[in-house]
Amino acid sequence: MKTAKLTDSEYLVKAGKIIRARQMTKIEKLFEISLPGGESLDHEPGQFVMVSIPGVGEAPLSISSSPTKRGSFEIVIRNVGKVTNALHKFDTGDTVGIRGPFGKGFPVQILEGNDLLFVAGGLGIVPLRSLINFVIDNRRDFGKVTILLGCKTPQDMLFGDEVDSWSKRLDVNFDITVDRCEDPDYKGNIGLITKLIPGVTLDPERTFAAVIGPPVMYKFVLIELLKKEIPERQILVSLERHMKCGIGKCGHCQIQNYYCCKDGPVFTYEQIKDKKEAL
Amino acid sequence: MQYQVLKKINFNDFIASLAKIEKVVAPVARGYNTFSFQEVKNGQDVAVKYIPTILPPKKYFFPQREKLIEFNKNAGTFEALLEYEKMVIFGVHTCDLAGVQCLNMVFSDKPKDINYLVRKNKIIIIGLECNEYCDQYASCKVVDNHLPNGGYDLFFTELNDSFIVHVNTIYGDELIDKTRLFNPAEQIHLDQLEAVRQKKREIFKEEVKVTHNDLAKLFDKSFDSKVWDDLDARCVGCGNCTNVCPTCYCFDVLDNMNLDFNTGDRSRMWDSCQNEPFAKVAGGENFRKTRGARQRHRYFRKFKYPVERYSRYFCTGCGRCTRTCMAKISLKETINALVDSKEEQK
Ligand SMILES: Cc1cc2nc3c(=O)[nH]c(=O)nc-3n(C[C@H](O)[C@H](O)[C@H](O)COP(=O)(O)OP(=O)(O)OC[C@H]3O[C@@H](n4cnc5c(N)ncnc54)[C@H](O)[C@@H]3O)c2cc1C
Ligand code: SF4
Ligand code: SF4
Ligand code: FES
Repeated sequence: MKTAKLTDSEYLVKAGKIIRARQMTKIEKLFEISLPGGESLDHEPGQFVMVSIPGVGEAPLSISSSPTKRGSFEIVIRNVGKVTNALHKFDTGDTVGIRGPFGKGFPVQILEGNDLLFVAGGLGIVPLRSLINFVIDNRRDFGKVTILLGCKTPQDMLFGDEVDSWSKRLDVNFDITVDRCEDPDYKGNIGLITKLIPGVTLDPERTFAAVIGPPVMYKFVLIELLKKEIPERQILVSLERHMKCGIGKCGHCQIQNYYCCKDGPVFTYEQIKDKKEAL
Repeated sequence: MQYQVLKKINFNDFIASLAKIEKVVAPVARGYNTFSFQEVKNGQDVAVKYIPTILPPKKYFFPQREKLIEFNKNAGTFEALLEYEKMVIFGVHTCDLAGVQCLNMVFSDKPKDINYLVRKNKIIIIGLECNEYCDQYASCKVVDNHLPNGGYDLFFTELNDSFIVHVNTIYGDELIDKTRLFNPAEQIHLDQLEAVRQKKREIFKEEVKVTHNDLAKLFDKSFDSKVWDDLDARCVGCGNCTNVCPTCYCFDVLDNMNLDFNTGDRSRMWDSCQNEPFAKVAGGENFRKTRGARQRHRYFRKFKYPVERYSRYFCTGCGRCTRTCMAKISLKETINALVDSKEEQK
């Protein structure tokens, strides 16, 4: 057996330096990461990276920052297992391995000039934030913008300050709901995110909806969006799958004939509506 | 000359002289009716008549475990690497040639897999014709792999007292030159080859109740078939069927830390879509929770999805999955059951 060095391997990682770390909730931590030499990640909103720790392993994680933010990018890690747990022990100054960006993100050129309806449930805000901030940074290139958010309790809301600033903008329609709240002074909505959709006024022909949330959320949200007569082609979802390679080879992420990592993770509803294992 | 002839009495010398030039692997008998590709030094080691080996030659192209990168944690360095070995594989049946062709398509699909593509070019393939069926489990005719469709450097067909050898590449030609045991084929050999092929056309018949072209259509309508419920009840989820399959290429990526707790590697290892956690995500959802859904996925990955992506079946008809299954799940029976259940629906 011989070995040779490869300079063009898809598995080669770059050393990503954590330049900022922030514990957001008990189980969610944010890292801002820069690549060697200030190299730009050059991603599209909706894409993901493979983040790794030598000796522990890799995990696919959404890029949460907008490509309009240069010089570094952000990820948010929920602590659920081996790699994510080890990542939570990392801090500013530490180095992680980065591969990517991977996958098809949101088709921003197609979205330009149209009205946008964002629907994010739970951790879905993490990837959707990349597109939301991209749109806000290029606000005049888009039509009406509506943001609907949902999470378990007010304490679980990620990016609270940023969400606050979105809610205060005059050029953004904003609404938020929580599943439950024990605080008697809380004046906001309580209930599922699906309840926010009927109240939104929109022109279905020129509206694109971008929806990200846990699998259970999709079915109910999609029904509401279809009731609003948004064309199937204009409803965009991002699907989560087990991913090991990120490049359409390892088979883990397969949804019928699609590889979620390569053909997605962003799909139109039209693409997946007949795929039985998709939702 | 495109066709050469090797006398059978020279076969041992051929393998021996080949083994002096390069590592040679070939089918070797491993107990009753069991064979595996192993290194050989001499023609006597080679099982010229054999049924498909336990593992297909895939193991040389896409090893069970392969290092992708090496790291040094303290130094913060990562290096991508390629492990390869030059070799000649002798005795690859047409089904397994097709298997390698399938893998070639997958790993050259963009983004290209450099590890696979470089390694494959270090391997010389010598095919070997099956003049008759290996056993009742094979279904190579329905997927059109009973006759050679390329994918080799040299291709051997056994005649009465010789092998006629099709020379397909310059690498094959070089071996002919270097071993100096071959003579150009004469008309009589070509006639004998044609006779072998003619006889094969009579013996090899579509092994299932559906034709080559209708096989893909069958799977267009079979997603909700009851047949998958039957497999769900029988399959034990061991993953043997995918491990032995020449066209299964799913893998896991794993880190391995050396005992210095500083250096180590990231490797890929064969994985199986039949394992329960294969498609499970962090939220707890499993997109193919039942063994029936996972079996269906295996069949659809042979007869439908690759047809859409690569315009070919990813079943070579080798029969390995059926031979190995302890639950006696048979590929031919499953296809026939799908045909029958479609008839019932009508
Ligand atoms: C495109 C994409 C984007 C994602 N974005 C984010 C994000 O922004 N933030 C975040 O916190 N999480 C995200 N995830 C989920 C994250 O990848 C998993 O939580 C992580 O891989 C779990 O690894 P682990 O070693 O900690 O878990 P393990 O200890 O290995 O297992 C815990 C659970 O995670 C599942 N899991 C394990 N490995 C993977 C894998 N490679 N891919 C998917 N699931 C896996 C297991 O089936 C198990 O249910 C994303 C996943 C995908 C596919
Ligand atoms: S079909 Fe047979 S070989 Fe394959 S996983 Fe099921 S029991 Fe194992
Ligand atoms: S599915 Fe079975 S018969 Fe077909 S190539 Fe794989 S192991 Fe051989
Ligand atoms: S993650 Fe490997 S094929 Fe998609």
